[in-house]
Amino acid sequence: MSTLLDIRQLSKTFHSGKGSVSALQNINLAVKEGEFITVIGPSGCGKSTLLKIVAGLDVEYDGSVKLNDRDVTGPGIEKGFIFQEPRLFPWLTVEKNIAADLSLHKPEIRKKVDELIELVRLKGFEKSYPRELSGGMAQRVAIARALLRNPKVLLLDEPFGALDAFTRAHMQEVLLDIWQQNKTTMIFVTHDIDEAVFLANRIVILKPRPGTVQKIVPVELLFPRKKSSAAFQELRFKVIGEFEKIEELELVDNGAGI
Amino acid sequence: MSASTDMTKPGGYKRTTVFLLGSILPLALLVFWQVLGGLGVISTLLFPTPVTIAKAFGKLAATGELWEHFRISVARAALGFILGGGFGLLCGILAGLFRRTERAFDPTIQMLRMVPSLAVAPLFVIWFGIGEESKVLLIAKGAFFPLYINAFLGIRNVDNKLFEVARVLGFSRLKQLIRLVIPAALPNILLGVRLSVGISWLGLVVAELMASTSGIGYLMSDARQFSKTPVVFVGIIIFAVVGKLADSLVRLMERRWLKWRDNYQG
Repeated sequence: MSTLLDIRQLSKTFHSGKGSVSALQNINLAVKEGEFITVIGPSGCGKSTLLKIVAGLDVEYDGSVKLNDRDVTGPGIEKGFIFQEPRLFPWLTVEKNIAADLSLHKPEIRKKVDELIELVRLKGFEKSYPRELSGGMAQRVAIARALLRNPKVLLLDEPFGALDAFTRAHMQEVLLDIWQQNKTTMIFVTHDIDEAVFLANRIVILKPRPGTVQKIVPVELLFPRKKSSAAFQELRFKVIGEFEKIEELELVDNGAGI
Repeated sequence: MSASTDMTKPGGYKRTTVFLLGSILPLALLVFWQVLGGLGVISTLLFPTPVTIAKAFGKLAATGELWEHFRISVARAALGFILGGGFGLLCGILAGLFRRTERAFDPTIQMLRMVPSLAVAPLFVIWFGIGEESKVLLIAKGAFFPLYINAFLGIRNVDNKLFEVARVLGFSRLKQLIRLVIPAALPNILLGVRLSVGISWLGLVVAELMASTSGIGYLMSDARQFSKTPVVFVGIIIFAVVGKLADSLVRLMERRWLKWRDNYQG
């Protein structure tokens, strides 16, 4: 498969009145078409910043970010983005939220919206308002809204972070379903190790201050995955091991723990 | 939201019950008033009894005089509201959307807002004559500000996170305005409409008191000069009732268009 997203020597520095903070330093990552990447790291490692840069929401960076060999210069529908909160338009019903700026009167849009409602398992809630939905349902609407635009890559910024454990597990299944059916490339930021292992083809582990790639761990487990399986646990320990290395480094660097 | 189409309110009250609840106070007052007037406790010259007022109303209505004045007044208020309110909405949206416009115009508008209508009424007459123009413009001046301020506030209160969503979804500038900014600002805009409608209606009194020969305000000032107190009361009641009806109409729009809101309903 060909490379869809190519990140080279990406660095990002935040400037403020008090000085500059390096958020990301020399990030290199090539994402193949159809791949499921999870990005994991402790808070402050710049994982959200990385995602915003790929989305084109933040264009002040050094290095190069190319999607399909074209520089990312701003946001656009080829890069779907799911925020931590669903961020639905409260005045629109579920189906109108999915359509957003597109018209449901167009038969091809209508058809695709209906298909997506089926895909994210929201049949029967087409006419509901966001205030009537649970957190998990609202986030599924947000996913459908992004998918309607046929994004080349779907960027997810801790999308299930605010959900309870059961809903979260369910949403992971739904997302894998969507991924297997649509073959959409996914970049999924999380701070949950189980989630990172459960979903990914490759796990990108970031370490903080400044944000750099600690390690990229390939996950070759077959789908559907069992969180209780020995192979899963082995990978999980491997990722935890990497985090312990980060912590040890922090201790040496700062002379004190976090 | 109480926009539920069935007859029951969230609190379990029927619509008729709600209506009756609102009528208790004015009805009790009317009965009390009639009784006191009948007993001679209060002067019927200063406080004509409800029955006398109703008779005066019947007489005015029968000749068609009342309808004519009423029609003219409503036309003035409506025109003033559309002109002032519409312009206020437009300016409020522009100032809300563009910081530069706000900086350039808002200080001036705020100064004009503090000029009382009564103070400029004579000037308006000098500038625009004693015809309809001065009256409509005076009403428009009053109707401008509530819509201007609330449209501005509504736009500045739009959640920045939703703007980020609009960017990610690739909304055009126009779509951003009609699919995000306007709907998000609608609660404030409708509040502005409500206040503007009220001010337009109240502005009639000021407008029709200056050298006017028609309208409910004229009817009242004319009656006052000839000590026809019942007619003054007829005018007051018309102002109260029609004002309330106009307000209810806007609230109906609120209920219909803002049913997506999830707020405390009392």
